[in-house]
Amino acid sequence: MIEASSQSQARPATATRAAARTNWRTVLLGVHSALMYVFLYAPIVILVLFSFTTDSFGARLTGFTFSWYTKLLQDERLMGAAWNTLTVALVSTIISTIIGTLTALAMERYRFRGRTGMDALLYLPIVIPEIVMALALLAFFAFMFGIIQNITGSQLKMSLTTVIISHIAFSISFVVVVVRASLKGFDRRLEEAARDLGANEWQTFWRITFPLILPGIIGGALLAFTISLDDFIISFFTTGPGTSLLPIEVYAQVKRAVTPKINAISTVMLVISMTLVALSQFVQRQRR
Amino acid sequence: MTTDTAPISEARQQALSKAINRSERGRLFALLFPGLFWLSVFFAFPLFVILLYSFLTPGPTGNVIWKFTLGNYATLFTKDLYVNAYVRSLWIGVMTTVVCLLIGYPLALYIVQRSPRWRNVLLFLVLIPFWTNFLVRTYAWMIILANNGVINSLLQSIGMPRLTLLNTTGAVLVGLIYGELPFMVLPIYASIDRFDFTLLEAASDLGADRRRAFLRIMLPLTMPGVAAGSVLVFIPTVGQFVVSDLLGGAKVDMLGNLLQRLFTRSNPPNWPLGSAMALIFMLVLTIAIIFYFRTTTEEDR
Amino acid sequence: MKDGYAIEMRDVVKRFGEVNAVDHVTMEIRNGEFFSMLGPSGCGKTTSLRMIAGFEYPTAGEILLNGTPIGTTPPFQRNVNTVFQSYALFPHMSVAENVAFGLEMKKVPRADITRRVDEALDMVRLSGYGERRPRQLSGGQQQRVALARALVNRPDVLLLDEPLGALDLKLRKEMQIELKRLQERVGITFIFVTHDQEEALTMSDRIAVMSEGKALQIGTPTEIYERPNCRFVADFIGESNFIRGRVSDLSAGSATISDGAGLTLRGQLVQPLTVGDEVYVSVRPEKARLSVQRPADPPANMFQVTVDRVSYIGSDTRIMVQLGQDRLFSVWEQNTRSTVDRDAYWQRGEQGYLWWPVENALVLKD
Repeated sequence: MIEASSQSQARPATATRAAARTNWRTVLLGVHSALMYVFLYAPIVILVLFSFTTDSFGARLTGFTFSWYTKLLQDERLMGAAWNTLTVALVSTIISTIIGTLTALAMERYRFRGRTGMDALLYLPIVIPEIVMALALLAFFAFMFGIIQNITGSQLKMSLTTVIISHIAFSISFVVVVVRASLKGFDRRLEEAARDLGANEWQTFWRITFPLILPGIIGGALLAFTISLDDFIISFFTTGPGTSLLPIEVYAQVKRAVTPKINAISTVMLVISMTLVALSQFVQRQRR
Repeated sequence: MTTDTAPISEARQQALSKAINRSERGRLFALLFPGLFWLSVFFAFPLFVILLYSFLTPGPTGNVIWKFTLGNYATLFTKDLYVNAYVRSLWIGVMTTVVCLLIGYPLALYIVQRSPRWRNVLLFLVLIPFWTNFLVRTYAWMIILANNGVINSLLQSIGMPRLTLLNTTGAVLVGLIYGELPFMVLPIYASIDRFDFTLLEAASDLGADRRRAFLRIMLPLTMPGVAAGSVLVFIPTVGQFVVSDLLGGAKVDMLGNLLQRLFTRSNPPNWPLGSAMALIFMLVLTIAIIFYFRTTTEEDR
Repeated sequence: MKDGYAIEMRDVVKRFGEVNAVDHVTMEIRNGEFFSMLGPSGCGKTTSLRMIAGFEYPTAGEILLNGTPIGTTPPFQRNVNTVFQSYALFPHMSVAENVAFGLEMKKVPRADITRRVDEALDMVRLSGYGERRPRQLSGGQQQRVALARALVNRPDVLLLDEPLGALDLKLRKEMQIELKRLQERVGITFIFVTHDQEEALTMSDRIAVMSEGKALQIGTPTEIYERPNCRFVADFIGESNFIRGRVSDLSAGSATISDGAGLTLRGQLVQPLTVGDEVYVSVRPEKARLSVQRPADPPANMFQVTVDRVSYIGSDTRIMVQLGQDRLFSVWEQNTRSTVDRDAYWQRGEQGYLWWPVENALVLKD
């Protein structure tokens, strides 16, 4: 077991042995932590490294090349999937950010009957296993399409629309959590002050409340965007034939073999995610 | 009491405040409706649909016959294939959680003890993988573990025989631990950060050695973080199918893999059975989580 | 300065659930007056202020602003401004933008806004700070921005909710004087809420002492201190000795009270009483005298006492004497002579005579 070590006070007579033991523990803790960071980052570094190799099995560093990245750009299937992914992420982020912000305002600003129930409904998509939600949505769409076909005779199919609807359904909760956090830290007296100075409720919202919770809203939107971009499981079950998304395309190719081209597309996805994290951290810091 | 000096009677005042309440209620409805609608129709109702399906009869072509049955649940509890998948999934979930806890706790402790500037940097480094694509991170392990992958290439170049690393339970465990570690470290970090380290001095002043001070003082007080982290790791681990599919091949079947096959790949698909399986899975998880939180909150007291 | 009342509260009640936060309060606040609401936390002073501002609406009763009822007018339509306890400065706006906010809402022309903002900042001695953000200012400066932001709108009434609470003692004293001076200059009615009696006494023209939702007494600082109308007011403002007893005899303007244990006192009446009423005789510690020798012309209240405890606090000496059985009575003596001679001060165990004239003791009900 590892124990806290930084707190021991030096007692002159017996200090040396105690200090030696303390140091030994600190060193062990440090070594462990260093190994953990190696564990966390080695695969990522290897992935990036092997996206530049000339070895066509992508597992040995035989030379340096950019050719895999140029090949990506020529792969129309992959590019189409990337475009689809971006569309889904953008549309679902915009809609879920608007809905999520409204919901967060309702939840933080009002006390009403059924609020606990709504709380549960909002937290469930976060804690429920993703695959259960994905399968439920798959069953739901099939069920509804069946009913619609019985009534109108028109046959609907899974498409980008079903993916977008599903992504919104799980993104709302994440946006609500982030925006609610920023509303919690909000000093309501600022709104009172604005009304005291002659602003009506509409003016108070747009001049005071909105600018002050904007970082929270942007944070929520970035989270929704990243989750949508990276989502595999829900997209996998709610998309239809012919409409591929980037993570699904990568999954299909990965199942076949390791190739430097997949290393390259993976690296691109990594860089995009990391840029988004950095961006959201920057926005959060601006707030303070 | 109202007097003749107060023209606004209490009754009129109440009428006024009712009018204010009515406009407030309208506003609340406008704010709440979109979210409530979306989550009811596209989240709560779909869960109801699989509940419905789980009591229907699977048809021969993968369709669903509208005939009530409990047969799906019976199959789940009698066929070895499904019982084994449950046991294996839960077992792998527990293993992943325990290992993440054992390696994550010291890491969180180490980060807390750094100076504030380093703390932020180290925490951010843990956070980055947490935000990056799960699929990509899993794939990275394929490069490392594959038969002609990084490790085997290295072994070969120094004249050692190749090892079968991919498509083993070990590979699945490594992939899962790798994917879930940040979910364990972050909540534990938060609870250690709140921990008052002078309590350890007090314990040692009262004669507790380091081991006992840790077990009796620090661990119980940081239990909320441990519990939260464990739940966050356990749930997605049991339900996932990507890691077991990519790193375990067809050899390490978990719940998620079976579910995926029942719904999309088996010939014919069996949605009612899949629905029943998903629901039981949710139920088991809920019970496990409630049980877990019960025991830990008792320890808090 | 206009005549008449800026604010009238007529039998105002504010109920939160089962509790009457404000319980049938009636008070009139004159135009151009520096008026304080003073009381412990939970006495209803802040709720009263929030009703005047329009953040809460009265459950019953009525509030008038310049003679017009404003019961349910929303805050942004009242010509009343507030200086908040925490200042509530908008963190995403500069100091000048904060001060300009109210004028913008009133659609004052741009050029006028700039001029009036400059004037307001100048008035609170913050010229040149307009471009800063609120968090770059000290507590005292933020306080002055909040003042400027409210005063720039030329409100009929300025409400101040414990605005000095967050400042340290020295700054607080400075701001008390500055606030008072500012109020005299702009001539606007100030309603000031505080729990600090010294603050209220220093600045106010009149004070309302509040407790448990009721306005117990409204009067000038001198009236409140010298002629409290009940035990709570005498206890909350300054210090006082209270001796419980029953009225045994009444004469013009004064009463005789016995405590039931052999002590008989005489005090001045502040309200009509009848024989047998249970009352408190209130004597301020600085209004009683302690002497070694028996006074030549013995006043109505004179007792032989033993010194129990002596605290020397510089400007005066505070002496606790034993009066009768088990009762301690506090007397303050000003140290008018400069000496370190031990014999010049009272010592524990010494005997002496405690006395005060009838008019220095007030007979109060609970």
